[in-house]
Amino acid sequence: MAQGDVKLIGAWPSPFVLRARIALNVKSVDYEFLQEQFGAKSQLLLESNPVYKKIPVLIHESKPICESLIIVEYIDEVWSSGPSILPTDPYDRAVARFWAVYIDDKWFPAMKGLATAKGDEERKALVEQVGEGLGLLEEAYVKSSKGKAFFGGDEIGYLDIAFGSFLGWIRATEKMGGVELIDEANTPGLVKWAESFSSNPAVKDVLPETDKLVEFAKILQAKHSGSS
Amino acid sequence: MAEEVILLDFWCSPYGARVRIALAEKGVKYEYREEDLDDKSSLLLEMNPVYKMIPVLIHNGRPVCESLIAVEYIDEVWRGQFPLLPSDPYERAKAKFWGDFIEKKVHEPGKKTWKKKGAEQEEAKKEFIESLKLLEGELGDKPFFGGDTLGFVDIALIPFYTWFYSYEICGHFSIEAECPKFAAWAKRCMQKESVSKSLPDRQKVYGYVLELKKILGIE
Repeated sequence: MAQGDVKLIGAWPSPFVLRARIALNVKSVDYEFLQEQFGAKSQLLLESNPVYKKIPVLIHESKPICESLIIVEYIDEVWSSGPSILPTDPYDRAVARFWAVYIDDKWFPAMKGLATAKGDEERKALVEQVGEGLGLLEEAYVKSSKGKAFFGGDEIGYLDIAFGSFLGWIRATEKMGGVELIDEANTPGLVKWAESFSSNPAVKDVLPETDKLVEFAKILQAKHSGSS
Repeated sequence: MAEEVILLDFWCSPYGARVRIALAEKGVKYEYREEDLDDKSSLLLEMNPVYKMIPVLIHNGRPVCESLIAVEYIDEVWRGQFPLLPSDPYERAKAKFWGDFIEKKVHEPGKKTWKKKGAEQEEAKKEFIESLKLLEGELGDKPFFGGDTLGFVDIALIPFYTWFYSYEICGHFSIEAECPKFAAWAKRCMQKESVSKSLPDRQKVYGYVLELKKILGIE
């Protein structure tokens, strides 16, 4: 497929953008990555996503697709000759979608809160919340993988992508906060999974480095306290 | 194998109604079980341990939680003559986008039109109407978001219509006046048996809202 056909508007630190990049890589799709400048939204972004004005936006043959999970499903459906991202069985699909929505609606807000938490009490409560979520995801992993490497089985699938895109930030949060979020004691399955996921060919070149994310987080925090 | 379909639900839940309408559209026979939200059944707690919320669709003993995920599941399992989601990937992506929009930009501000007062209420009304206008734009000249028949977005949205009456009274505004196209679409949906039989009476919903307001201490 000609490179001009597929564009992705995004930014390197965003786990949501990462979902789209990994999905495109799974399908070996060439695309043009349009990096948004931090703090200033491009005209193309505002035109392509007038409702939310947020990244990622996939532009395929000039048509915009918004919302990361919707983009991943779109990629799976359009490039259907490549490896499947969603499971084939409707029940397995429903389960995968359920956990992806859980990650976005319940788990991520706690993670995000942790990055900007002030004070030990708030931090402690959020670490507990994040930990609880990871416990649920560990169970989901064991059930879904059925002994194989990924949520999706032998190959990375929808839920691997939905959750794995946060790995960089999980590691950065662990480093900055001196906490262990994914660990042998509580989430042994996810420890192994994390290694397999980050070294997967579709992932390893696009997963942001932990240290770069830590740097970026510091800049964000400085901006936060600067403006308050 | 005989199909066993159970729906754990609550009479005025718009989320539950989405699943009811989808099942009705597909002609699927199911057992409806009303949950007491103040005394949840052990089945509900077992089938939805993460959220402990309705609706839960239980198909041959396996739970599907989250209303739009259940609607999509129903569409995939009972393919039949009338697909709820379009077959074209771009159209599907658009339908899912608008389905998701309803939660963020219709339900969220909508709630505030009866829960809040003063400036917050006015702001919520504004956002709510703006969202309905965007949806009107998406509807265009089609009778339904799904085209000639009810589709995913119609099913995702119409259940909230029975709550809109309460929003109008509490917020002192008229949806028909502000968004006539939207009001016309809603009337068309209500003419469908799968919809009218699945939705509660809006007066009853208003009565429920008044009870909630008392409990929450809202004037």
